[in-house]
Amino acid sequence: MTAEKPHVVIIGAGFTGVATAHDLALRGCAVTVVDRGPIANGTSGRTHGLLHSGGRYAVNDQESAIECIDENLILRRIVPQVIEPNGGLFIALDDSDLEYGERFIEGSQACHIPIEQISPQEALRLEPNLNPKLLAAFTVPDATFDPLRLALSFAATAKSNGAHFRLFTEVEGFITDGQGNVTGVKVWDRAQDAHGEIHADMVVNATGAWAGQIAAMAGYEGLPITPTPGVMVAFDQRLTNRVINRLNVPGDGDIVLPQRMMVVVGTTSFQIEDLDYVPVIEDQVRQMLERGAELIPALKTANIRGAYMATRPLVGKGSSGRSLARTFKCFDHKETQGIEGLVTITGGKATTMRAMAEKTADIVCQKLGITAPCLTRDVPLLSYRQFYILPN
Amino acid sequence: MAQRWTITYEVFRKKGSHPPHFDRFKLDVSPDEYVLDGIERIWAFHDRSLVFSHACHHSTCGACGMRVNGLEKLTCITPIHKVTRDGGVIRVEPLKNFPVISDLSVDMSLLYQRMEMVGQRSVLPIEEEGIPDGLLYGKEQKSGHLRLADCIECGLCMSACPISATTSSYLGPAALAGAHQHSIADPQAASLVDHADGVWRCHSAFECTSVCPSNVNPGWRIMDLRKRLISSRILGIFRRL
Repeated sequence: MTAEKPHVVIIGAGFTGVATAHDLALRGCAVTVVDRGPIANGTSGRTHGLLHSGGRYAVNDQESAIECIDENLILRRIVPQVIEPNGGLFIALDDSDLEYGERFIEGSQACHIPIEQISPQEALRLEPNLNPKLLAAFTVPDATFDPLRLALSFAATAKSNGAHFRLFTEVEGFITDGQGNVTGVKVWDRAQDAHGEIHADMVVNATGAWAGQIAAMAGYEGLPITPTPGVMVAFDQRLTNRVINRLNVPGDGDIVLPQRMMVVVGTTSFQIEDLDYVPVIEDQVRQMLERGAELIPALKTANIRGAYMATRPLVGKGSSGRSLARTFKCFDHKETQGIEGLVTITGGKATTMRAMAEKTADIVCQKLGITAPCLTRDVPLLSYRQFYILPN
Repeated sequence: MAQRWTITYEVFRKKGSHPPHFDRFKLDVSPDEYVLDGIERIWAFHDRSLVFSHACHHSTCGACGMRVNGLEKLTCITPIHKVTRDGGVIRVEPLKNFPVISDLSVDMSLLYQRMEMVGQRSVLPIEEEGIPDGLLYGKEQKSGHLRLADCIECGLCMSACPISATTSSYLGPAALAGAHQHSIADPQAASLVDHADGVWRCHSAFECTSVCPSNVNPGWRIMDLRKRLISSRILGIFRRL
């Protein structure tokens, strides 16, 4: 008798799901990824596209800041084919920004984020469309990525190592052993309109903002997750080559980032009930233009090309999304609810997707008795196009 | 209060081996919303079986290409008021010249294979994009920074191309534009498409250029590739003399 590979079903083909598939496939698991839509159809596809240097969190959320700079450097190395690696600037426009600058320098040092103060004249030479009234500027190793292609590159590499993708396939419920333990998922293939079951040795709930809904299907109603949408507005001119951040406590409309022939301004932070459709709120779109134009006045002469909402999965239950940390959390439901066979990963940021997957795969492998180490820090990822070219 | 319209989406439906048909959904919309927003709402509130592709919602990923009232559009940046009126209809169908997975989603593996084959570069300095001078998008300056390529591989050009409709072996506008982009840095790359199913099959309809949401201008690039290939042949003759 040959020992079969343990089978792990991952729910969700967003950043966390595809990175976990990649990690587990490298460690020798048979992996099936199910998603009700195509790759990255939820929050992941709709991210800003900012590969964080960690500078944004260096003062108030240093754990996230350190995760960001570490993962930023890894992703630049393993998946350069989806990244505009041009760096970023934090700029000060008033006294409050200048005051924050002192704490920013200390925080960046504490989090080993390489920053450099440059003169306002030098900043304007680098980025002529900056507000000419800027008072101070720091360079940071920010970058921009293409959201779908980042997810596809992980998925393609997972596929090349045997992972199987069931897209347009919605999880309708869990298969259990009669004692509440999870042994697989019941699915609805929406493309074929057919219902079926997929058995698994372990199921990973990697559904981000939707993780609470999926955990509830397994009988756990209390997952501490706060879905927190924010607006993003794309403009039809590439007005900078670097990511431009306001040098202050993270707030609304304080990041402008280049992407292809556009710049994208974000974002806001509020809470909602219905996750499946978040309407674009017109006042917030106007706010992005006004706040963004403080950094880049030429935005006023650009046209809006698109406006959209993305819903962050923030871990914890708090009064304000801005006060919740951007770190991630992995829940072994055996430990917390006595449900064997189900692990949930949520929270985090696009920038930390690989680290989230590593932590999740560590827990899954430990539970399955797999000792293979994580290899994803060093394995270069395939072209995003290979996801479509490789056989499933 | 913001303006509201009542419009009807006529949506192409296809499941497994069942014959295709259209379903109608009446929606209350803002004319400034995008066509994709309405489609997502149909899925969220009217019919959970609707299959459609989308990811970035701001024209960087190329996933949401469809035919809207007969014309290829990137639905995430197509405002409703540009394609219908209050009380009007929006007919949405999948892209042509690709196999339909279900409803509004198509399988574009062939496009990605061809993009890979011609060596189209996904991140490069704008100087090597091959955009003709004077056609730079907006106020973008040449700067030497690396930047994601203009082509978002959305497939609109292959859907609109009359030659792709009749000749499945024709590489199609996106891949030929990709070969042109590659040939700016490496002139040898042009030879990859110097054949009957490559750059010489195009009939200059320029439908590709008219539907491209991303300023790639495949029609111009195909013509420019021909010029480059002919020049190098003529130079070759003189070299042999």
